[in-house]
Amino acid sequence: MTEKVYSLIFAGVGGQGGLLGAEITALAAVRAGYDVKQTEVHGVSQRGGSVETHVRFGGKVWSPVVTPGEADVVVGLEKLEALRFGHYVAPQGVVLVNDQEIVPGSVANAAEAYPRDAVDQLRARGYRVVVLAATQAARDLGDGRMANLVMVGALATLLPLSNQSWIETIEQRIPEKFRRANQQAFQAGMALMAQAADPVPANPHANRHGPWGGRAESGSVA
Amino acid sequence: MSRELLLGNEAIARGAWESGVRFASGYPGTPSTEILETLAEFPSVEARWSANEKVAFEEGMGAAIGGLRVLVTMKHVGLNVAADAFMVFPYSGTNGGFVVISADDPGMHSSQNEQDNRFLARMAKVPVLEPSDAQECKDFVGLGLELSETYSTPVMLRTTTRLAHHKSLVELGERHEVERRAFEPDARRFSVPIYRHLLRPQVEDRLERLRTLGETLGVNREEEGGSDIGVITSGIAYTYVKEVLPQAGVLRLGMTYPLPDERLRAFCARHRLVYVVEEGEAFIEEAVRALGISNVEGKARFGVIGEYSPGRLRAALSLGQVPAPLPNVLPRPPMFCIGCGHRTVFSALRQLSVTVAGDIGCYTMGALPPYEASHTTFNMGASIGTAVGLEQAGHERVVSVIGDSTFVHSGIPSLIDAVYNGSSLTLVLLDNSTTGMTGGQPHAASGKTLRGRPAPVLDLEAMCRAAGVEDVRVVDTWDRKQVAGGLRQALAHRGPSVVIARGACQRLPEMRNRQVVPFFVDEALCTRCEACFKVWCPAILRSEQQFPFIVAADCTACTVCAQVCPVDAIYPAAEEHAEVVE
Repeated sequence: MTEKVYSLIFAGVGGQGGLLGAEITALAAVRAGYDVKQTEVHGVSQRGGSVETHVRFGGKVWSPVVTPGEADVVVGLEKLEALRFGHYVAPQGVVLVNDQEIVPGSVANAAEAYPRDAVDQLRARGYRVVVLAATQAARDLGDGRMANLVMVGALATLLPLSNQSWIETIEQRIPEKFRRANQQAFQAGMALMAQAADPVPANPHANRHGPWGGRAESGSVA
Repeated sequence: MSRELLLGNEAIARGAWESGVRFASGYPGTPSTEILETLAEFPSVEARWSANEKVAFEEGMGAAIGGLRVLVTMKHVGLNVAADAFMVFPYSGTNGGFVVISADDPGMHSSQNEQDNRFLARMAKVPVLEPSDAQECKDFVGLGLELSETYSTPVMLRTTTRLAHHKSLVELGERHEVERRAFEPDARRFSVPIYRHLLRPQVEDRLERLRTLGETLGVNREEEGGSDIGVITSGIAYTYVKEVLPQAGVLRLGMTYPLPDERLRAFCARHRLVYVVEEGEAFIEEAVRALGISNVEGKARFGVIGEYSPGRLRAALSLGQVPAPLPNVLPRPPMFCIGCGHRTVFSALRQLSVTVAGDIGCYTMGALPPYEASHTTFNMGASIGTAVGLEQAGHERVVSVIGDSTFVHSGIPSLIDAVYNGSSLTLVLLDNSTTGMTGGQPHAASGKTLRGRPAPVLDLEAMCRAAGVEDVRVVDTWDRKQVAGGLRQALAHRGPSVVIARGACQRLPEMRNRQVVPFFVDEALCTRCEACFKVWCPAILRSEQQFPFIVAADCTACTVCAQVCPVDAIYPAAEEHAEVVE
């Protein structure tokens, strides 16, 4: 158990399941015995807008709100949203970016204005960025919408939460019908981190092995 | 007992249930909506959506006078609607415990104004509780009900967006049943004006007793620090203070009205400098200054506009700037959902040279690009009155756009007035069978209750006719020709007219879970004319060859893109590709 307060940002587009990813992470931290706070920042409830969710856990958590420059990990479920919330990352933190582009539907000329170089812009600011093909991995498992769980699996390699906490949380939170596929998505995320071009050392307290058996590497995905 | 991660709003509901609340009412409004939705899961509580906040408050008032413990919920501006009852109720006082939730929205995440309802409570002479985390959200409901019964007063529990919409750990308890208190009819207390002068001094006396209570009340808590910096704070801002100034002495006020004057004096006297950190207006700060205390800093340093955060406090205290966002990042405003029936209405309105007075709901987005077809948005139900006024100011073709839930909430009296006073407005009633913007809550025209039971359906056509509108027509909101044609005919009608654009919200479970055959673009026929892109449906994407393609898993088969395609290149995929929408 660590007294350190971990701060996480989940940034995505409404409908991508960022909130569920944040919730699973928060619940896993509760299971691991931490104090936890979470908050979602968004406007109206329609699809398609930016959604940011803050999760903090540790010995004692006061504010549910993460301060820019404080996040251990920014989980960007989409490139433009990773760019928008990249400034939340701490100097030693990591921005995980799902290699997916969703062009805003309600902005004129958005397709031309879309920052295809979002990752380069983040790196130019000095942020440590790991790009993951989470949507592709989720599609390979049958449904691109599970990219959120792929990203959570990647995140898990950076957090001091036990395998057991993740296993039980996914068991509790994901309906049985979708559970197996989401477990696979989580596992695939761990594997993607292990293969990442710019690997980040796993948290020394994090699980090195996939929660559902096997090492968290490409071979365990199938 | 177990601990659970609960939303502030869920914790309020839990607190009401554990404290024996038997009746709960409200009207949906961000950030308060989840409270009643959670309470509805407890069979021992009669939880309901009312037509509007005034009705909800009055039903709660009656239930409390009748002897039950009551919770009434609303967003900040909802209390404006209920203010008539809210101001009067304290005179008679209550019988069973009565707590009203005021969910304030600094930062206006989903509101038209910022409004600190502690001022309304002060005007009504009603005590205010402000919890700082989800555990306190639960506990303060119980405390509020006890204060309410002990002092025979309605109690306000004020939340702000971040408190209502954060999750933290809550110790769960059991329900304590509370017996219904006997109701004694008492004309001197509950009725006519000639006796009100007898009640008036009691209100002042009660406030004085509550003020005295506040001097020792446990939720007004002092945390020792040095003698240099002290902080007086309340609500979620307390957690930011603990984060940013961990060494400071803190006076955390759980009851912010009436304020404990002696404690404020003593606390300020013990510190060289006292910061007042409160979300909203300078409510505590002004009271502290009114005591003649001058070693305080508040809004001048921390600001009055928007939400607070630890980063904002840090910057205000020169404890280090936080990194700024990258400049000019492409915005991603919210938009109508895939298959939303509002699109056709705003695209038709855009084609007509009309002045459109909008209302409160998802359809406020009709004012934004690409539609830009809604010209005013003020408050709940204002579309009709505003249009009548615009008409008086010389705008000849005025259209009001209002949703079904907002129409039930406060549009009906306005329509009656428009007809009565000879308006020729055209009212477009967007009837999607739900309160969409707050996530889909049923109302009197939805056919079911908050708890999912069947309910009588308000007949909107008959209601409009009863108001005196002769030209009432119903169109299928996904049929572009019907919508545009209906609008033209209604506008051509002399006298007031109503177009009901009917079609269920795509977010409703019955819409989400139905089987649909998704549409697809036949590239052999498509001429890449771009017409379908101008539907602005998020499910229509662009291929590298600039062909449109429809994400089958997202398509709701609303047919609108197929209607605009000039070469019929968009049609349903084969039946075997039927998909559940979500």
